[in-house]
Amino acid sequence: MSKYTEDDLREELETKEYEYGFYTDIESETFAKGLNEDVVRAISKKKNEPKWMTDWRLEAFRVWSKMEEPEWANVSYKKPEFQEIAYYSAPKQKPKLNNIDEVDPDLLATFEKLGISLEEQKRLANVAVDIVVDSVSVATTFKKTLGEKGIIFMPISEAIQEHPELVKKYLGTVVPTSDNFYAALNSAVFSDGSFCYIPKGVRCPMELSTYFRINEGGTGQFERTLVVADKGSFVSYLEGCTAPSRDENQLHAAVVELIALDDAEIKYSTVQNWYPGNNEGKGGVYNFVTKRGLCETNAKISWTQVETGSAITWKYPSCILKGNNSVGEFYSIAVTNNYQQADTGTKMIHLGKNTKSTIISKGISAGKSQNSYRGLVQINSRAENARNFSQCDSLLMGNKCGAHTFPYIEVKNKTAQVEHEATTSKIGEEQLFYCNQRGIDTEKAIALIVNGFSKEVLNKLPMEFAVEAQKLLEISLEGSVG
Amino acid sequence: MDLKEKIISSYVAFEDGVNINSDIHEIRTEAFQNFEKLGFPSKKLEAWKYTSLNTILKEDYSIFPDKEKSINLADVKQYFIHDIDTYKVIFIDGKYSSFLSETTHDSIDVCLMSSALTKAKYKPVIENYFNKIAKQDNLTSLNTAFSKEGAYIHIPKNTEVEKPIQIINFTTGTEAATMLQPRNLIVVEQNAHVQIIERHQSLTENAVLTNVVTEVYADRHSTVDFYKIQNDHISASLVDNTFIEQQSESVVSVHTFSFGGNITRNNLNFYQKGEHIDSILKGITIIEGKQHVDHHTLVHHIEPNCESHQDYKGIFDERATGVFNGKVIVEKEAQKTNAYQKNNNVLVSDKSTINAKPQLEIFADDVKCSHGCTIGQLDEEALFYMQQRGIGIKEARALLMYAFANTVLESVKIPEVKDRITRLIANKLNVNIGFNI
Repeated sequence: MSKYTEDDLREELETKEYEYGFYTDIESETFAKGLNEDVVRAISKKKNEPKWMTDWRLEAFRVWSKMEEPEWANVSYKKPEFQEIAYYSAPKQKPKLNNIDEVDPDLLATFEKLGISLEEQKRLANVAVDIVVDSVSVATTFKKTLGEKGIIFMPISEAIQEHPELVKKYLGTVVPTSDNFYAALNSAVFSDGSFCYIPKGVRCPMELSTYFRINEGGTGQFERTLVVADKGSFVSYLEGCTAPSRDENQLHAAVVELIALDDAEIKYSTVQNWYPGNNEGKGGVYNFVTKRGLCETNAKISWTQVETGSAITWKYPSCILKGNNSVGEFYSIAVTNNYQQADTGTKMIHLGKNTKSTIISKGISAGKSQNSYRGLVQINSRAENARNFSQCDSLLMGNKCGAHTFPYIEVKNKTAQVEHEATTSKIGEEQLFYCNQRGIDTEKAIALIVNGFSKEVLNKLPMEFAVEAQKLLEISLEGSVG
Repeated sequence: MDLKEKIISSYVAFEDGVNINSDIHEIRTEAFQNFEKLGFPSKKLEAWKYTSLNTILKEDYSIFPDKEKSINLADVKQYFIHDIDTYKVIFIDGKYSSFLSETTHDSIDVCLMSSALTKAKYKPVIENYFNKIAKQDNLTSLNTAFSKEGAYIHIPKNTEVEKPIQIINFTTGTEAATMLQPRNLIVVEQNAHVQIIERHQSLTENAVLTNVVTEVYADRHSTVDFYKIQNDHISASLVDNTFIEQQSESVVSVHTFSFGGNITRNNLNFYQKGEHIDSILKGITIIEGKQHVDHHTLVHHIEPNCESHQDYKGIFDERATGVFNGKVIVEKEAQKTNAYQKNNNVLVSDKSTINAKPQLEIFADDVKCSHGCTIGQLDEEALFYMQQRGIGIKEARALLMYAFANTVLESVKIPEVKDRITRLIANKLNVNIGFNI
């Protein structure tokens, strides 16, 4: 490849097929399509949930039925038909996970394709993995090590059985059931997800990680994640997604709630690579996610995300900085290609004194995609000495795609210091020329520039996850990331 | 009866005073139907999220002030830029005042909209430009429906207008509440150059609501400098809708100085219809009390190789609220666009609020677009430094604020306007120092 130009890169980006589009044939138990109170009750019954949980779901369902789908986002798509979705799907065999040999070999093969070798991870990476295939957790490792520290890390369905007091105390406190259309839907029908509790003063010794995966055609996945970090604790939580090729649009409406009590710190990293649809914009996952964290005094929540997949992304990981001196951070790379549409960003709500927030958002658009940053920085009147810094940079490849920024800044306190800056550019010809002059060929130069463009965010990912993120960026921008 | 109903029912009376068999009236009728459908904007509209007109729409406005009130030049002289010779188009309660005005038909036309809309000689220009650039949104439609009077400026090819043009709308306050809807049209042909100063001034404490629409058409190589001075009584509210269409290689700048008024909303829209265009949007806002100023700008880059520069400074004291909503759209054909947007704000009081939404929508890849938005305070150390050297805290603050706003002031091309604004700022900050240090 003697002369690799930006056009070649664009060409390659546009024609690149989804590499992880495979489908594992595992017998699944699936509910009939449609949603009503009986379905909600049936899900709850299936999970053997206590009455308070069933009531909570029903309440959410009633709220949801009165709500309308939001239309303000800068995306256009065919609305999902909510009565055409099956709301529960679980692999029939539910292996016990004390021994890895008991796991269905087909499943293991799936994991291998995803690049997750449980053995290897156990041995080398020191990562506890709670793997969710179609909403039901089928593998949990390192539970023992975590147990010794008093850390609870389990599927939320089990947590409801085993630690109802904790779930009851915190579930829905950050994202109420009535928060928005998709959060209400999730509250009513969520089938599983992860629950994590770090006791007082404990520093979680390893990265906690969950791999989600949509498997059964025509089923939406509604996970619910709840992470509670008690006073003075620390946890780093990883979430990564891949999904197989489907022609009909799949709906994914997850809710993630983080609670950082006094002096606690939560680091939440996501690599998202749901199926984006083929290069004509057909198929692909609709990703409508509500993520929000609550910071008490001196607490810190840090969101890092690498978004490469989904036909539609609608996602605003937020921080409510309630306690004094609390810190919120948001680092994001969003790559859109072909007909992908992303409307993503963050909300930083400053309530406490001396609260700080940082927003770094990098958008890369190629093909015919639309990439929007939508963010809110709100400094309330009692948030003395609040500080915010926001930076949104967009990189465009070709003139068929679009980059948009919608930053909302609302300040009600005079001691606030808020800075927002945004830039949009393409890969500079001068930058390329500079590299060429120094003997770096164009391909490597583009790699260098794209890498440098996203470095600020990639650096924030935990070591173990950075590999995965690099891999996914490579798939989206192959030929440019070296 | 609410204001919308009152306006709708008074349309028949309005029709009595105009020729209803003209083309213009068809435009009016269509706009009227549009307003009837849309009504006044509410906070539910994204564009009006931070500005509510509810409090000012409650007044019982008189829509057609009856007679021309005469006022003495001595009483209003202070509102003119009087130390230089200018053309003047002056209205009192919406009626033209021949006594205060100085119009011309000598090679250029600086005259009245009412004659331009009715006389055959202006018909070609009116047909080409009237209501062609204006957006068909609710308040613009309302103005179009009642469009009858305002300033009409037509500068033919290769003409440099030797003195600035002042457009001033006075309200005498003989009615308890007055609503005005001036309509201005400014056509600047190839290679022409014009400077315009616009002001709205009420002379009493009675409520005023002004909904003004100005259309500016800047042809190739033309230059237009537009200065808007907004320093009205606290009882007066203003919705200023300005639409500017530019052709290749034209340069249009609009400076907006907002110091007075109750609720002020500036809808400033630029449409770039050629190459190598430069659009400049600048503003200084200094308000206190319960004042509210909303700058809503749009720059639409349609063709390649154009530039736009936005620079808005705001200082907000007491319970004042400021809004900045700046939108830049770069179409996919508009390669090599340079669009810059800057919005800096200082909050002086605990009760003041700023809502900013600097927005970019970009569809072309070979562009340089940036926006920056900051909200902060005056530098304590700089204040301390000046106090150490015997400069009072009030003066020190004023100096810093003046320096803060100066990037906007320094691009004002008429020295007398710059002096006037400097004095207004000193007055507003309640200090007695000349800033020309």
